Amino acid sequence: MRRAVLPVVAVVAMIFVLWYAAAVALNAPWAQDRAKRAGVELSFSELVADTWAQDKPKLPAPHQVVAEIWKTTALKSVTSKRSLVFHSWITLSATLLGFAMGTALGIALAVGIVFNRVMDMSVMPWIIASQTIPILAIAPMIIVVLNAVGISGLLPKAMISMYLSFFPVVVGMVKGLRSPDHMQLDQMRTWNASGNQTFWRLRLPSSMPYLFTSLKVAMAASLVGAIVGELPTGAVAGLGARLLAGSYYGQTIQIWSALLMAAALAAALVALIGVIQRITLKRMGMA
Amino acid sequence: MTTETVISAKNLGLTFQTNDGPVHALKDVTLDIHKGDFVSFIGPSGCGKTTFLRVMADLEKPTSGDITVNGVSPEEARKSRAYGYVFQAAGLYPWRTIGGNIRLPLEIMGYDKAEQAERVSRVLDLVELSGFEKKFPWQLSGGMQQRASIARALAFDADLLLMDEPFGALDEIVRDHLNEQLLQLWKRTNKTIGFVTHSIPEAVYLSTRIVVMSPRPGRITDVIESTLPRDRPLDIRDTPEFLEIAHRVREGLRAGHAYDE
Repeated sequence: MRRAVLPVVAVVAMIFVLWYAAAVALNAPWAQDRAKRAGVELSFSELVADTWAQDKPKLPAPHQVVAEIWKTTALKSVTSKRSLVFHSWITLSATLLGFAMGTALGIALAVGIVFNRVMDMSVMPWIIASQTIPILAIAPMIIVVLNAVGISGLLPKAMISMYLSFFPVVVGMVKGLRSPDHMQLDQMRTWNASGNQTFWRLRLPSSMPYLFTSLKVAMAASLVGAIVGELPTGAVAGLGARLLAGSYYGQTIQIWSALLMAAALAAALVALIGVIQRITLKRMGMA
Repeated sequence: MTTETVISAKNLGLTFQTNDGPVHALKDVTLDIHKGDFVSFIGPSGCGKTTFLRVMADLEKPTSGDITVNGVSPEEARKSRAYGYVFQAAGLYPWRTIGGNIRLPLEIMGYDKAEQAERVSRVLDLVELSGFEKKFPWQLSGGMQQRASIARALAFDADLLLMDEPFGALDEIVRDHLNEQLLQLWKRTNKTIGFVTHSIPEAVYLSTRIVVMSPRPGRITDVIESTLPRDRPLDIRDTPEFLEIAHRVREGLRAGHAYDE
């Protein structure tokens, strides 16, 4: 554990150095431009200070983003429309619902593929094809179609999350359900076990390591899906809406704070699955 | 001693179709196994000994000839759970305790809870693993795991035990110990045992009959009736009688190989 600290700190420090340097480089033209119009000459330290404190910088400095996040989380009531916590929750709820639906769909399809030869031959190509369609292109369609049949709000966004998250689950679970070796399957056969018994007692437990790996990917994909689902709909709430509003008004600090929030959310969710994975597999003697 | 026939194979053949043409895994195999026999199958790899055992267990279908297990087809025998099968690897489920692993076939076969518990403790006792019921497989040595897998094959009432190189992956000392235990178990339960091995001492020490097989095509070249008594301490392996049988097995294996190259 301790040995991991130094490299991590070093990498983070490096990122900050590069970030600050890039902020100077990218924001300097605007600072120079303004200084020129005002007829003043900027010293290097004034220039650097200016590039790290602009209102609408091309690249906000880390402390600006941190300050913005602090302002919009800790200092705002969570029910406020200006609270990032409020927007994160909107996105998180769609993410979790979509993730649950995607996982259920993924497992169901995987079971079908493993147990049914026709499905094995016919469904997999469609599943792969489904993932080659750019989600940005299909997201508005899903929203429009669902709206036309009277479904709006959380569900359409969750559907887009599901669309992205079922795929890793299908792929992982097909592999996992097929992971018992010949000997284990022969053994079940010697006991004259039914397909059902083999599934519940052998195939499903054997697939757990594969499932958890898939769930991590699915969770991250699900969050992307929820954010993308908020972009084309003119949604007024959610991290996607914050990104969109920020880009309309050139609020780069707001965009970056929403981006960092999304990243933190994804990291936390994936880490949570990681913890459940460790505990489960350890208890199953598979870790 | 009864002479009831448990397994009867007549002109059994099994040909696998591969890309390199047909492979004759078994050809004209004729053999009867009687109740209470301990029959070893020995031969070099590719001689069909495992395939023959798998045919008895209905894990492979013969392509010619006839075979009956308990007087019925292997498939019917399998469906009536007539045999316990022990594989080379213990194949215990890591997420189940030793007790849970032994309970697995009992759950599948629909024994009630009380009966399951009673049987688990009985077979654990039989393989000298009492007290390990609540342990997980990784907490046991390889030899103990294999004993647990034998217990699992004994847990339901199958009079026939088919064992495919069950001790092949274990070291010599553990193997000796397990061989001794297996003989005691066989004496106590009076099961019929089919045992695949490629160790001559193991085959001679354990068996009442030794079936020597040879490859390409897989066939029986010799069947040796053991003259050793049923009571066999480990040091019986140093007696002239034992060495003579071992010698005959070795001769048989060599004769089978004479066709080669």
